[in-house]
Amino acid sequence: MLSRESDNLIVKTVVRIFVPFIQVYALYVIAHGHYSPGGGFQGGVILGASIVLLFLAYGRRQAMRRMGEGLTAFMNSTGVFIYGGIGLLCLLLGGNLLDYASLDRILHVGAAQSRSLGILGVEVGVGIAVMAAMISIFLDISTGGDLPDDDND
Amino acid sequence: MTIANVLTVALLVIGCFFFLTGTIGLVRFPDFYARMHATGKSDTLAVFCCLLALAIHHGLALDSFKLLLIAVFVYVANPTGTHAICRAAFRAGVKPWTRKTNK
Repeated sequence: MLSRESDNLIVKTVVRIFVPFIQVYALYVIAHGHYSPGGGFQGGVILGASIVLLFLAYGRRQAMRRMGEGLTAFMNSTGVFIYGGIGLLCLLLGGNLLDYASLDRILHVGAAQSRSLGILGVEVGVGIAVMAAMISIFLDISTGGDLPDDDND
Repeated sequence: MTIANVLTVALLVIGCFFFLTGTIGLVRFPDFYARMHATGKSDTLAVFCCLLALAIHHGLALDSFKLLLIAVFVYVANPTGTHAICRAAFRAGVKPWTRKTNK
């Protein structure tokens, strides 16, 4: 069902115009998450939804060219690595797990500022991981579990 | 009672009126297409009126600008969604209601 491109000009045009704005809004939600409602998870879901919109309007083959399976898996593990890496870095620097104040030893910006930066880094990681997880869940559900090769479907 | 207050109340009343008519249409109309017709149009205008009223009430600030951005987004996205759903229903073979088919 998703393999072919939609022939609906209205939906395709609106998606083409709106996807960049949705992604900018998602980045705003991620970057502004520790001052206002939002955060890594919510921003990641919005980012993933923008890619899902691309899949729905332009078909799987065209969208996979921008966001293939390999890239999705890579970004998924990168996000988890950033999140866990910052947590373990705090542990290595002598604090508790995810205790960002100990990041001050390598950042040298004061405890409060390094807490803020640590939360921002974790949220970026969570955002990337959630976006990639959203896309791979969507692909799994929409193809019934087995993704056909692009050459012979 | 300033002009801004009068405008806010008037726009909110207009918005609520269109929400009400759209909902009545959703409940009362006979088939899928008529229901989409009722909600798709009136809800778009109602959301626009309500958000404009809130922006006027808040005055000239960043939050008003964000509200107007939401209004623009809904103004484009809501008719597109209605169009896509109606087209999918037509492709799936949903028959429009007529007096003949119902008798």
